[in-house]
Amino acid sequence: MTLESKVPSGPLADKWDRHKFESKLVNPANRRRHTVIVVGTGLAGASAASSLGELGYKVLAFCIHDSARRAHSIAAQGGINAAKNYQNDGDSIQRLFYDTIKGGDYRAREANVYRLAQLSTNIIDQCVAQGVPFAREYGGQLDNRSFGGAQVSRTFYARGQTGQQLLLGAYQSMMRQVERGTVDLITQREMLDLVVIDGRARGIICRNLVTGELERHVADAVCLATGGYGTAYYLSTNALNSNVTAAWRAYKRGALFANPCFTQIHPTCIPVSGEHQSKLTLMSESLRNDGRVWVPKAPGDHRRPSEIPESERDYYLERKYPSFGNLVPRDVASRNAKAVCDEGRGVGDSGLAVYLDFRDAIARLGKDVISGRYGNLFDMYRKITDENPYGEPMRMYPAIHYTMGGLWVDYNLMSNVPGLHVLGEANFSDHGANRLGASALMQGLADGYFVIPYTLAHYVASTPLPKVTTDHEAFAEAETAVQDRLTRILTVRGSKTPRELHRELGRLLWDEVGMSRNDAGLRRALARVPQLREEFWQNVSVPGDPDNMNKNLEYAGRVADYLEFAELLALDALHRTESCGGHFREESQTPEGEALRDDAGFSYAAAWEFTGVGRPPTLHKEPLTFEYVKPSQRSYK
Amino acid sequence: MRIHLRVWRQAGPEAPGKLEIFTADDVSPDMSFLEMLDVVNEHLIKKGQEPIAFDSDCREGICGACGFMINGIAHGPEPRTTVCQLHMRHFTDGDTVTLEPWRAGAFPVVKDLVVDRGAFDRIIAAGGYTSVNVGGAPDGNAILVPRDAAEVSMDAAQCIGCGACVAACKNASAALFTSAKISSLAQLPQGQVERRTRVVAMVNRMDDEGFGSCSNEGECEAVCPKGISLRHIATMNREFWRAVMKV
Repeated sequence: MTLESKVPSGPLADKWDRHKFESKLVNPANRRRHTVIVVGTGLAGASAASSLGELGYKVLAFCIHDSARRAHSIAAQGGINAAKNYQNDGDSIQRLFYDTIKGGDYRAREANVYRLAQLSTNIIDQCVAQGVPFAREYGGQLDNRSFGGAQVSRTFYARGQTGQQLLLGAYQSMMRQVERGTVDLITQREMLDLVVIDGRARGIICRNLVTGELERHVADAVCLATGGYGTAYYLSTNALNSNVTAAWRAYKRGALFANPCFTQIHPTCIPVSGEHQSKLTLMSESLRNDGRVWVPKAPGDHRRPSEIPESERDYYLERKYPSFGNLVPRDVASRNAKAVCDEGRGVGDSGLAVYLDFRDAIARLGKDVISGRYGNLFDMYRKITDENPYGEPMRMYPAIHYTMGGLWVDYNLMSNVPGLHVLGEANFSDHGANRLGASALMQGLADGYFVIPYTLAHYVASTPLPKVTTDHEAFAEAETAVQDRLTRILTVRGSKTPRELHRELGRLLWDEVGMSRNDAGLRRALARVPQLREEFWQNVSVPGDPDNMNKNLEYAGRVADYLEFAELLALDALHRTESCGGHFREESQTPEGEALRDDAGFSYAAAWEFTGVGRPPTLHKEPLTFEYVKPSQRSYK
Repeated sequence: MRIHLRVWRQAGPEAPGKLEIFTADDVSPDMSFLEMLDVVNEHLIKKGQEPIAFDSDCREGICGACGFMINGIAHGPEPRTTVCQLHMRHFTDGDTVTLEPWRAGAFPVVKDLVVDRGAFDRIIAAGGYTSVNVGGAPDGNAILVPRDAAEVSMDAAQCIGCGACVAACKNASAALFTSAKISSLAQLPQGQVERRTRVVAMVNRMDDEGFGSCSNEGECEAVCPKGISLRHIATMNREFWRAVMKV
């Protein structure tokens, strides 16, 4: 199999315009004859469903929640980047493109990233027109802030709830199409298989989570916008219902899974408080704009932070990275937090935390200004920890947050399975080995509002799509497979809960495929995952019936998929012996301990093909070429 | 800590329900209320019994999925807090706590503590948006919004759609939810074009869905995890009469 990226020819800045012109169109009167399935209603899914509905396609939108407004995009706090240069501080499309390529440690496609930077400005315009209440200056203009490793202020925000407001904008647009009858919103459904007919994605099998019924849905094309796989680690900043199942089932039907080892660990999360912990709460990295990160200079210093004099504090990010200071990218900040904790200088009861201190910012700007900027985050911190961050520093530790890897897609956001499009975090395309802050919202909305309406039209217009119905044998086969799997889970009647098995898998992945990885640890993980999987199928306990709401059954099915997926994750991490972005291999580092890339060996996207559970997948490589930026050692000093 | 629980169990929408009694042992004060329920459920699953069904997702108070009555108060005793952000340090060893689903005709019970809040989506579908298609938006800074207007709009837009306002109201009114969206858009220049049609359509839809009338008790604001103010209901009423009187 050769992977064709379908990147258009011509100068970088003209590629997307040229591609739009060369793409085929669907006559307005014909669009309603084409059905498109959109799975997931986060930023990417809701924006895709609404924009396709506006164009006149018949859209079937599926979501796992009782309401489309609950997708986990809603939890994004900090903001969304756009190369508007409203601040006159030197920003441009070129600079956003460059920052994103560099931030991704030169493991993303140039053409995709350039298009993302171009579209960033349209997204802001669209969201403003929708009535998203972005923060404003006193003159009424949009306010911006600097965010996560950027030296320009290009981040637009709505207090600490930017994801919520952007999602509500997309959700409302979609509900408008629901009212107009172009979008059929089908809630409380979980996609459990992809149906491929004559080599093309033509439908899905999903389970009605209220009645337990399995359903068949047929379409001319399928868009997956089902998010990332961070919950494989059990504890992450992701919502509890976020999962890899839809993407994994597509993988098992032939879609390639690319760069699964590119996972992002967010540096500022509230530390784990005990075994009962069900998820980790992220504190927006915008806090690093004003907060200073430090630990005591001496290991084992258990004094209260206020008792540690200035001279005995180590502001290690400011010391090691004088030009970026506390604003270094997420991967660098996370690894440094782990390093100081490994040295025994971590704080709090567990010793697995660093301080994020607002004392100086409050002294400089006043409590009111800090409260205006971060009030809701401070409240959230206080609720969870019972500590007052206005009076004492926050304690922070890194946690799994975002996954850059995902299903492989070409420039059209189409996977190698024709008709299967993948949007947002579920695809692998734009963030390389590390995503910059405020870029996830940008990518989700770019894919949904501005890319898929063009590329999907081209697919529909240029592809013969003979009429098929849900009576086709491929639907029957897929439904039977799903049914059998559910029955198998229910008949084990063992003694371990899905959560116990998930927690054990998560701990293994965090230890061996977490912030820093090495050959021996990855091999340990690869040996252990099949044992855990075996234990699941021998000993899982799922009481209740399949024919009504059974949340434990849903969860068990997702855990079963993590237990297959984890092997691919570890295998990809083992094969990539270089360090890059969020993937840090201890064997590959500079004398100063920074990530050391191996461009000669690994300048490619690793796309894996399923060959059977427990069998080694086949590796396909999409070479990455850099015509416009020269890969260099990332330096934030 | 040991906590005694009386939990509403109901197998399905049509099935009769009843309160069942459970005990949660070894409860840590740092647990969230839902993490405490997770532990109870783990024990039930191990015994081969069906766990208590409840909705939750983000567990950081923003998705609006979670919520039930705790001792008769929507989201429990702490102000401005969703159940997932309510920690057990606010309870005392030996407490007996009663959990019931949101009670409202427009929110039918699905199972145990899970209710169907689809009516909220249908209220938004009636007009809770600006009718702009992708593609034609002017430059973001071409639409100036006074800072104060943006702030009031954002205050209302913070609504997470959890349904606590309806559950707390003796009339099961959705006035706070509906008014939050109407008021948020009414503050903004972008919301002016459809200002009249929006409020009428949304208020009518709210009534059609079977929510009760607002009688200004203020129970909704008291339990709202985002502190959405009653003033938005006043705004909605003003907007509504302005629209129907065509003034």
